[in-house]
Amino acid sequence: METKNFIIRQISIFSENRPGRLAAIAHALGEENINILAFSIAEANGFGVVRALVDHPEKAHEKLQSLGFNIAFTDVIAVKMKDQPGGLYEVAKVLGDAGINIEYSYAYSGKEGAVLILRVDQVEDAIKKIRNSGATLLERSVFH
Amino acid sequence: MVCWDPRIEEMPKEELRRMQYKLLKSLVYRLYSFSPFYHDRMKEQKVHPDDIRELADVRKLPFMFKRDLRDNYPDRIFTASQEELVRYHVSSGTTGKPTVVGYTQNDIDLWTTSLARALTSAGLGRGDVIQVSYGYGLFTGGLGMHYGAERIGATVLPTSVGNTERQIELMQDLRATAIACTPSYLLHIGEVAEKMGISIKKDTELRTGILGAEPWTEGMRNRMQDWLGIKAYDIYGTSELSGPMFTECTEQKGFHLWSDIALAEIIDPKTEEPLEPGEKGELTITILRKEALPMIRYRIGDITSMEDSTCPCGRTHPRINRITGRVDDMLIIRGINVFPSQVEYALMAIPEVGQHFQIVVERKGALDDMLVRVELNKEFSFDKITDLMQVRQTVEHRIRNSLNVNADVELVEPGSLPRYEGKSKKVVDKRLM
Repeated sequence: METKNFIIRQISIFSENRPGRLAAIAHALGEENINILAFSIAEANGFGVVRALVDHPEKAHEKLQSLGFNIAFTDVIAVKMKDQPGGLYEVAKVLGDAGINIEYSYAYSGKEGAVLILRVDQVEDAIKKIRNSGATLLERSVFH
Repeated sequence: MVCWDPRIEEMPKEELRRMQYKLLKSLVYRLYSFSPFYHDRMKEQKVHPDDIRELADVRKLPFMFKRDLRDNYPDRIFTASQEELVRYHVSSGTTGKPTVVGYTQNDIDLWTTSLARALTSAGLGRGDVIQVSYGYGLFTGGLGMHYGAERIGATVLPTSVGNTERQIELMQDLRATAIACTPSYLLHIGEVAEKMGISIKKDTELRTGILGAEPWTEGMRNRMQDWLGIKAYDIYGTSELSGPMFTECTEQKGFHLWSDIALAEIIDPKTEEPLEPGEKGELTITILRKEALPMIRYRIGDITSMEDSTCPCGRTHPRINRITGRVDDMLIIRGINVFPSQVEYALMAIPEVGQHFQIVVERKGALDDMLVRVELNKEFSFDKITDLMQVRQTVEHRIRNSLNVNADVELVEPGSLPRYEGKSKKVVDKRLM
């Protein structure tokens, strides 16, 4: 299977660090009937970036941009983990052994089991290495 | 080059100076004889009309300030009776008590003539549709532009300020070729148009902006010209001089100050000594032919420099460069003079940030603390915190280089800072609150 089937489109939204900004983003997505599958907030002094996997990234992009948000698409990949003690270690070891550097990451545990979402610098290369190592990557179609 | 009045606009400099001297001399005699206010002022200064023997003797005359109009509210220094007046304008009292300006018919005609020459020099004329988005009413911007635009035979679309979506619809439907408004309002119009799915550049006939009533920069000009597909011209004037009176010509190299109407000096605001052409100081204007409210050596408070060489357009009248700040909106941060326009200049070189910013000054302990809040450019998007921190660092660095003052920078979401339809208020000085 082609590597691009494993590339997932994450949306990243610049947000000021003040009360109500996450609500504004979430409300806009809710209004468009967009489901958020996983998300995280990265913060620095005074501002943050909200990152999310949604079922309709293009629609989310269009809506948030029309509201004046700075919004970006970013390619990420999702690795399946065992939802049990040691599950993260197994995957992290594979990544470490394969020499894959993580820029940032977040995880969720849902109907697909436990999933680790990764932003890496060489995404196609990482996909090949992870697949060769025997770990399971989730396809984009799982999300959108 | 098309001139409204070639005889005057291309008159040799020597002749212009002779004309200025004659006008100044008769103005001073008239005021000394008929105006108690000017009479007393000249006596205090120990100057008599006979002391004015050449143009440079203007320096012997006393200065006038905005406070002279305020202290004599509403009309105590007018030199025409109410029966002779055809109009009043009243300046907003945002920085103090309001000031009232009265106009005789000749004053209105002079103002209109000045603008007719100016708008012609900016390439406008018959066939143009000029949208006047300055406020109509007590403010001079709307009616002044209106009369000037009609005089040159253009079609006026008097939209005044506000109801921006309707302004954009009318701009499209009536094929406006030019707009006159504040630069910050034109930015706002551009943004609202984009939200409506309209590109000013591609979907309208607009090609000229006559922008003023607040200081702006070359960086802002370049950005607006690229973004909106227009030529943006600076316009200058204040209500005390009549209203907006002077604009740049198509060379865009400073606005032409008509010598038969006004005599300009650039002085050092502290020593009050005249400065050489090209040197930056306070603009001081004498209006040579005004009946109801003559202004002699009026200290407007704007900081700029003057060029006296003949413009490449052929006009011989001196040019005043872009206003870079005001004597009174100069901020003093830890002893260093800071103008909001310097912050704008620093920001314009950084594509990741937008046109909108706000300066907040506070006193923390004994020290002044300056915070610059900057909107991100919505054309850019960010995923990594480190990229954003890099942008913030670049902004901090450029502000420090341009101002010699350290400022904290806060990146804010596009559209989150207040927008103004008239003059923008870019500074919040909490030290004064």
